Amino acid sequence: MSDATFRPATEETPLARRILIGLAATGLAILVLAPLVAVFVEALRVGIGAALESLTHKDAWAAIKLTLTIAAISVPLNAIFGVAAAWFITKFDFRGKAFLITLIDLPFSVSPVVAGLCIVLTFGANSAIGAWLVGNGYPIVFAMPGIILATMFVTFPFVARELIPVMIEQGRAEEEAALTLGAGGWRVFWTVTLPNIRWALLYGVLLCNARAMGEFGAVAVVSGKIRGETATIPTTIEMLYQEYLSVAAFTLAAVLALLALVTLVLKTLLELRHADQLAATHRH
Amino acid sequence: MHIEIDEISKQFGATAALHPVSLAIPSGALVALLGPSGSGKTTLLRILGGLEYPTSGRVLFDGQDATGLTVQQRRAGFVFQSYALFRHMTVFDNIAYGLNARPRATRPQKAEIARRVTKLLDLIQLPDIGARYPSQLSGGQRQRVALARALAIEPRMLLLDEPFGALDAKVRKELRQGLRDIHDTTGLTTVFVTHDQDEAMELADLVVVMSMGKIEQIGKPQDIRARPATPFVRDFISA
Repeated sequence: MSDATFRPATEETPLARRILIGLAATGLAILVLAPLVAVFVEALRVGIGAALESLTHKDAWAAIKLTLTIAAISVPLNAIFGVAAAWFITKFDFRGKAFLITLIDLPFSVSPVVAGLCIVLTFGANSAIGAWLVGNGYPIVFAMPGIILATMFVTFPFVARELIPVMIEQGRAEEEAALTLGAGGWRVFWTVTLPNIRWALLYGVLLCNARAMGEFGAVAVVSGKIRGETATIPTTIEMLYQEYLSVAAFTLAAVLALLALVTLVLKTLLELRHADQLAATHRH
Repeated sequence: MHIEIDEISKQFGATAALHPVSLAIPSGALVALLGPSGSGKTTLLRILGGLEYPTSGRVLFDGQDATGLTVQQRRAGFVFQSYALFRHMTVFDNIAYGLNARPRATRPQKAEIARRVTKLLDLIQLPDIGARYPSQLSGGQRQRVALARALAIEPRMLLLDEPFGALDAKVRKELRQGLRDIHDTTGLTTVFVTHDQDEAMELADLVVVMSMGKIEQIGKPQDIRARPATPFVRDFISA
């Protein structure tokens, strides 16, 4: 093998490379691609007409609208909280910083069902706060506010986790420079901090959005899954599936998968178009 | 502007970065804070610029107490160790930043800002780089842009943290003269931090040797060379 002498020390032999790539590709095909294709195949089994018709059902339509509304409210809020948390953690030194970082990670380690139950216990009709809120006409549990709370809890870490390493790497020097040049805190944030983290922020928001639309466990507990009112796309899919309405279930599942794919395509397009800036601000 | 440092100390938690130090910097002087890392020289510079507040003691600018002034109110042109240029802005926008950040009432017109930026680019002898981004510049060019950006706010003093630290030896020599020229042209009181005794001795009118948060000696370069006040100074300048 004459080319072996030119091979970099860290590179594997062609055979090893082919085996490794083959393993990865097979794994991806079985675990990710096949199920995804199956969803679409199942949705279109009786023809596209039946699939589209199942979407026009008012409950399906209500679920789609609700899920999009939930994402439209909880993702921007989490983007704001995530930026604030990352800013605090990376630009200031204070007691309890490590604890705060752990707290941000908490939703990753707590099961969404447990999170849902916590919200029911805290804001449900059996708690003091919940009783007061219901009495004043602001129910949280089995209503939109509860679903938003549950979704925000589950998706909270995405933006902050994406930003913290980028902001740590960039340090505080540029902000300090802006301060010495006479800029106030707010101006420094808009003209220096935010432009420097914009790609990481966008990335975090896209991931957060995909997760917000797909959240099942916490939302299932909190929402009560009232058809046409508090049932989201994922909970509606589950109910349809339990009732053996497989075309309707898989069509809605395909819609959800498509929404996630749109997110992924957007992310990839951004990476292609702004590869150089991404490389400068985002190293993962 | 005359700067007076009156018994300034700084604690970071349990560690003392600066024991009470006092120092008078005459108006228009070019002063080097010289010492090894951990000697407190950068902390002292940051206290002058308003980026840190002292634990005790006072800073006086032209005899007026400036200890409580915010970083923005101090109007100190600050050049950071790795320059801290705004990476997403062109050189032009970097230099114009301080002028654009002024409140509307005192902010110059767009044309006036452009005129001043062009003048500063001429001063640092890089007239044609306004449209470039910091990542497209060499280390020496970045340092000069950082200097121009600091000068744009018409500062009352110039503070530089290891301004030549990130440069190779040849560029370093050239830029020493560049800083000297800019100091002589503007007449600004200038304080720079360095751990390089050659640099301090060659460039500064007044050298302040620091160690372990204390000032070991203050004097003209030739006096420090001829009569080191402590064993530390003798060791440090002969190294």
